Amino acid sequence: MAAQAESWSWFAALAVGVSLLKCLFINAYHSTDFEVHRNWLAITHSLPVSRWYRENTSEWTLDYPPLFAWFEFGLSQAARHFDPNMLRVENLDYASPATVLFQRLSVVFTDLLFIYAVRECCRCVGVQKGSKEVLTRPSFVLAVLLLWNFGLLVVDHIHFQYNGFLFGFLLLSVAKHLQGQHLQGALLFAVLLHLKHIYLYVAPAYGIFLLRSYCFTRDHRDGAIRWSSFSPLRLLALGGIVTSVSALSLGPFIVKGQLPQLVSRLFPFRRGLCHAYWAPNVWALYNAADKLLAALGVRLKLLQEAELPRASMTGGLVQEVQHAVLPSVSPSVTLLCTLLSILPALASLWRRPRGGRAFLRCLLLCALASFLFGWHVHEKAVLLAVLPLSVLAVESREDAGIFLVLATTGHYSLFPLLFTPAELPIKVCLMLMFTIFSFTGLGALHRARGPLLRPLELVYLLGLLAVAIGCEFVFPLSPWRQRLPFLPLLVTSVYCAAGVCYSFLRLYASMLRSDHRPKQP
Amino acid sequence: MQTWSLVSISVLLAVVVRWGVSLNSYSGAGKPPMFGDYEAQRHWQEVTYNLPLQQWYFNTSDNDLNYWGLDYPPLTAYHSWLCAYVANIINPEWVELHRSRGYESPAHKLFMRTTVLVTDVLIYIPAVVFYCLYLTGGSAKKRVSLLLSILLYPGLILIDYGHFQYNGVSLGFALWGVLALGLGWDMSGSVAFCLALNYKQMELYHALPFFCYLLGKCARAGLLGRGFILLARIAVAVLVTFALCWLPFLPDPSQASQVVRRIFPVARGLFEDKVANTWCSLNTLIKIRSFLTADSQLYLSFALTLLAALPSSIRLLMKPTFWHFKLALVNSSLAFFLFSYQVHEKSILLAALPVCLLLNDFPFMSVWFLQASTFSMLPLFLKDGLLVPYAVTSVGYLFLTFYLLSALDDCSEAEMNLGCYSKLSFFLPKTYLACMMRWKFYFSIALMAVLSILSVVLDPPPHLPDLFPVLVSTTAFLHFLGAFLHFNIVQFSEPVSKKSQKKNN
Repeated sequence: MAAQAESWSWFAALAVGVSLLKCLFINAYHSTDFEVHRNWLAITHSLPVSRWYRENTSEWTLDYPPLFAWFEFGLSQAARHFDPNMLRVENLDYASPATVLFQRLSVVFTDLLFIYAVRECCRCVGVQKGSKEVLTRPSFVLAVLLLWNFGLLVVDHIHFQYNGFLFGFLLLSVAKHLQGQHLQGALLFAVLLHLKHIYLYVAPAYGIFLLRSYCFTRDHRDGAIRWSSFSPLRLLALGGIVTSVSALSLGPFIVKGQLPQLVSRLFPFRRGLCHAYWAPNVWALYNAADKLLAALGVRLKLLQEAELPRASMTGGLVQEVQHAVLPSVSPSVTLLCTLLSILPALASLWRRPRGGRAFLRCLLLCALASFLFGWHVHEKAVLLAVLPLSVLAVESREDAGIFLVLATTGHYSLFPLLFTPAELPIKVCLMLMFTIFSFTGLGALHRARGPLLRPLELVYLLGLLAVAIGCEFVFPLSPWRQRLPFLPLLVTSVYCAAGVCYSFLRLYASMLRSDHRPKQP
Repeated sequence: MQTWSLVSISVLLAVVVRWGVSLNSYSGAGKPPMFGDYEAQRHWQEVTYNLPLQQWYFNTSDNDLNYWGLDYPPLTAYHSWLCAYVANIINPEWVELHRSRGYESPAHKLFMRTTVLVTDVLIYIPAVVFYCLYLTGGSAKKRVSLLLSILLYPGLILIDYGHFQYNGVSLGFALWGVLALGLGWDMSGSVAFCLALNYKQMELYHALPFFCYLLGKCARAGLLGRGFILLARIAVAVLVTFALCWLPFLPDPSQASQVVRRIFPVARGLFEDKVANTWCSLNTLIKIRSFLTADSQLYLSFALTLLAALPSSIRLLMKPTFWHFKLALVNSSLAFFLFSYQVHEKSILLAALPVCLLLNDFPFMSVWFLQASTFSMLPLFLKDGLLVPYAVTSVGYLFLTFYLLSALDDCSEAEMNLGCYSKLSFFLPKTYLACMMRWKFYFSIALMAVLSILSVVLDPPPHLPDLFPVLVSTTAFLHFLGAFLHFNIVQFSEPVSKKSQKKNN
């Protein structure tokens, strides 16, 4: 027992270290999300439940599901002791030092759940094969990749959000599935869905996996489904969990007849196809192609410049992008694309269930597909794929290669989030730290099986370095700064989109390829 | 994992922590009319950029020496001029004569913080990296642990990036000097140390060990033969470096003498504020300043300083090894800090640097000392609004060093630590002694934590407004005195040091 406790002391060091580092960013720049969450604290604290989803004094209305509102309500009980003024709805843009301190600390402390989840994940990966060296243990590398994740540090502790806490639920649920405790995993995921509904994107993977691998208890020898092994009891248990969590969360609002109001807050389709800054996905490539064609058309006199939609050349600065040449995209088209792109993965998970790892892979594909094809995707959503992929990356060499491409491009695409010069050294250094560690740490893990990256991938990632230097250092000093202010954002999202799409295709290929391999015992 | 990646990750982490601290407030932020050290540095930029060099150190209508007059040696002035040159390109308002006084803005703060980071990245951090890679023993992992422990020492980070100063420059040059001497490059080492001395006169704290080490080395080589040539070369290197640094001031003797007068302000009294040295602590019992004249105070402190620094220096002269050199650096700088005239609380950094170099050899004692040194500057940090970074970095450092250097485990096996005492107190069993040390350590950390919390939470009683600063400085003083005695004893207990040297190799 004592020996085991000792072997985990490095984990405590990593966790405490990163938590203290987070505290150093208390006075750093924070985005409007800070005010969003302050406003929610105020709403949940000072208004009755029935007005939570009706209140609109601030433009940042409550648009997360009810459990998150209750979470804010819980936080507000502690916030009272820091500065009661932050809990008043009419105090817009209120940010006293005590408020900042409280909000920042609340993120750091709720991250404890994330730390616990990471520890559970680390327990699931490869038992050490006699490697004494801490630095080259899979569990150590995984712990660093998750705890010190660049994106999470930047988005949560500088930009300001509660992703760490939410990812804690997700990773804990994944870990429970990997450990075979499916009911706990399902419960955690149900709670997570009612905390933030963006996780609906990965719900198909959960649904298929639980139905196939939990409700059917046995397979034929070739892996095909054995219909007779269906266990209604298990299905009932799952159904019970999902219904009771939903009832707890939505019940009060259904009783008051506010469900339509709540749903309209949660799913605002008024927003455009792309966020102000294009997330590096398929639509970024689509927009860029549209612009390229429009420019080409004008140059070749096929199009009249006056006929082009006005906003199209101001780049990512407006919400509604009107396409000039290519057909415009509607929400239903994006939904259809997303569904089509995850269908093969779901089918594969249904036909050949291969345990928790395959489930995790399918979850990843769902997350990436929705990131690539979704409507109004935020660049931060790439973390939904990067974090779970870390688990696979420490176990297989191929996944490690994909991880390096996806994490590097995905993290770099977060750079525009922090645009203030004071935070430049932090984002550059943290990014370099994480990237150097992921390259050398994963490289050391899989050293015996050759290099992680193919030559072309390496060239692509080195190109990213050039893009970074160009956008962050050269461009601000160049004369184009006035004429083409959107250029760095456009280049960044297009270049990163290529990498994210490529990782998606490689992940898909590796999943489908393993379909044809004989089932491993 | 390769060493290069561990080293670069450590350096990047050190930069992130530094920058994280620098997001906080600085000394004298928004406190007219005098502001603080931040304004002092900005004012020096203004003065050096706008006035001819001959007026830098003189009181003129354009240069009011009572308002943060330049009182550091020429290299600091040149550095200020260089920064001002860049500042003038970015925004001339920052260094405009007279009208820029008290200038504060987020952009300017960013600029000032960047200048500190640039000097650190150019001078201090590389010196630490090279020291850890070339002059310490053990595995790569061990060396990287040491690197991280030195780079993340909170005292220096908080003063340079929080309070605002450029200690990284002078300490960095001094460290380059130590590094060069350790590698056997005596001339380059002396040059580097002269640069340090010409950046901040406080580097005199380290001067005796440098002098004694080099002299002892020459003497060993034979003062009439090779040693003399070596000595002559070093002397030439020192003289040339000094001459180059002072070149613009040399033609006019009144210039040079004015600079010297500015650098050594004997008129400012035995001590200011609450500093954890002998005089200030003694002051709580006896009011020295009331019955000694200013001159006799000066002589007394001078005599006591020399007396305290002498034993370790003589020892170093007799045995000029690198090991003794490092210990003598600690002892001499502590002697200066404890007994010399006009000491600032920030000067403890000069003792902390050589103690950092001993982290590998005496993890337990060094960590203890470094914690106490950060704690001793607490009143300053509170005044500057640096409570959060102080708490975060101190707790982090304690945790980090105990994890990386396993300082507490070393305490039990630390015969090298305690063997010297067993001679003095032979009636005590060794294990008991180790245990006692550990409890003393726990008690002292708890005391520091309690005093830190009390200083923040409680208002002092009205008739004792300085209660907490005095308690803090007295506590820290006891720690420093203990460390001073301990490291002196260690330096004089030869057999033990040999053993630990072997252990390192």
